[in-house]
Amino acid sequence: MEYFLQQLINGLSLGAIYGLIAIGYTMVYGIIGMINFAHGEIYMIGAFVALITFLAIGSLGITWVPLALLVMLVASMLFTAVYGWTVERIAYRPLRSSPRLAPLISAIGMSIFLQNYVQILQGARSKPLQPILPGNLTLMDGAVSVSYVRLATIIITIALMYGFTQLITRTSLGRAQRACEQDKKMASLLGVNVDRVISLTFVMGAALAAVAGMMVLLIYGVIDFYIGFLAGVKAFTAAVLGGIGSLPGAMLGGVVIGLIEAFWSGYMGSEWKDVATFTILVLVLIFRPTGLLGRPEIEKV
Amino acid sequence: MLKVSGVHTFYGAIEALKGVDIEIGAGEIVSLIGANGAGKSTLLMTICGSPRARMGRITFEGQDITQMPTYELVRLGIAQSPEGRRIFPRMSVLENLQMGSITAKPGSFANELERVLTLFPRLKERISQRAGTMSGGEQQMLAIGRALMSQPRLLLLDEPSLGLAPLVVKQIFQAVKDINREQKMTVFMVEQNAFHALKLAHRGYVMVNGKVTMSGTGAELLANEEVRSAYLEGGH
Repeated sequence: MEYFLQQLINGLSLGAIYGLIAIGYTMVYGIIGMINFAHGEIYMIGAFVALITFLAIGSLGITWVPLALLVMLVASMLFTAVYGWTVERIAYRPLRSSPRLAPLISAIGMSIFLQNYVQILQGARSKPLQPILPGNLTLMDGAVSVSYVRLATIIITIALMYGFTQLITRTSLGRAQRACEQDKKMASLLGVNVDRVISLTFVMGAALAAVAGMMVLLIYGVIDFYIGFLAGVKAFTAAVLGGIGSLPGAMLGGVVIGLIEAFWSGYMGSEWKDVATFTILVLVLIFRPTGLLGRPEIEKV
Repeated sequence: MLKVSGVHTFYGAIEALKGVDIEIGAGEIVSLIGANGAGKSTLLMTICGSPRARMGRITFEGQDITQMPTYELVRLGIAQSPEGRRIFPRMSVLENLQMGSITAKPGSFANELERVLTLFPRLKERISQRAGTMSGGEQQMLAIGRALMSQPRLLLLDEPSLGLAPLVVKQIFQAVKDINREQKMTVFMVEQNAFHALKLAHRGYVMVNGKVTMSGTGAELLANEEVRSAYLEGGH
């Protein structure tokens, strides 16, 4: 039981991270119908910005942990959002009216470029970070221990998801975003600057991925220029599993994949955890091709 | 108010508009009639810059809007209820109407909403329903209502009667008449239902194969032999 709880918490925090990245995939797919394969790299950049920020504020003498974490979070979201915006501007917008394959290739190119860019600037070796937020919360007489970082990950993710859902469902920006998803031409007839909404979608996706990057940095204490690849594939899987285009689906898919990984690693050993994840994906796609919360493509108009 | 002169529009290599001239004065209802594929909807969309005219000039109250981005036109006071209605099916009726008012002056939303819901009481009953689940007539009312939410001075209507029951058509044309009379709104309407459209309009144009072939007051066109044989007789 204790072991189960322990894995559950590990799985939830991992799932929260996948979910945060998956939202970027699913939103971009929803609005321009393409898979942004450079999104994993955006997450990786988020982790690097968080690390660099930590080193920078350390050298400025800021040692109060909550402040340091807050500055890291804000800086990471901000700078990574700029990267997200730039990627769209450079690699996708010029190809907006091209055949679907063109932006896909461009995305893969962007992904390779960003990996190499970080490798050149930061070096290929993995970067360590000392634990900033050490300590555990122990439950059930010490049988279950939850690190504060994992706890914070889960709480911050829930808060972000709540805020984000409010943004999409209640604000005029969110409405414009959903309108563009359904009919871009009509949205522009009503006065929506569609290009700007698409840019904002990339910015929001990148900011959320940056949070995921920072959390991974804090949990595992080590990052390198290549972490975006596997995390990107997993988060993409989460988005497809939940139903690509669906925001709650992305979050659910992330949590499902996080839990599968944690429980498989916990009970079966960690070697085959990726196989387990992708097997579930294949099964869901066979029996429910639109994903868990996706809607069928056909719609009565 | 709106002046279209010598406009050519292409879809790829196909020339859909072959030099169209049309003028609409403030306060008028102008109807454009013509067969399927004549280029009527293309003209309305070209006025809004999507697709863009390859040749010719479009001016609105003296300002050249030929190259203006589509999303800025509504700020000038041009709103369109387009072909196929294009409501947002996965949004509620209220959200659709809110989308119509994104360029409106802040604080005017409640008033405009009230006005639209008075004009189309059916929308009031359906206010929180998902727009895609409504009937065709209700969706048409929503499309027009959404266009009205921006308080336009020129309303472009594309086939408001298409596929609707005669009673609903009557309601919608009555609504157009009311808007024009009470709010002094200028209306440019594209219709296949030539009889109703010309009866309602102050003036009309006939379009054949991407060109305007005839124009005159609504009554003149209704009495015209050619118009009668091509668009009115046999059709009803």
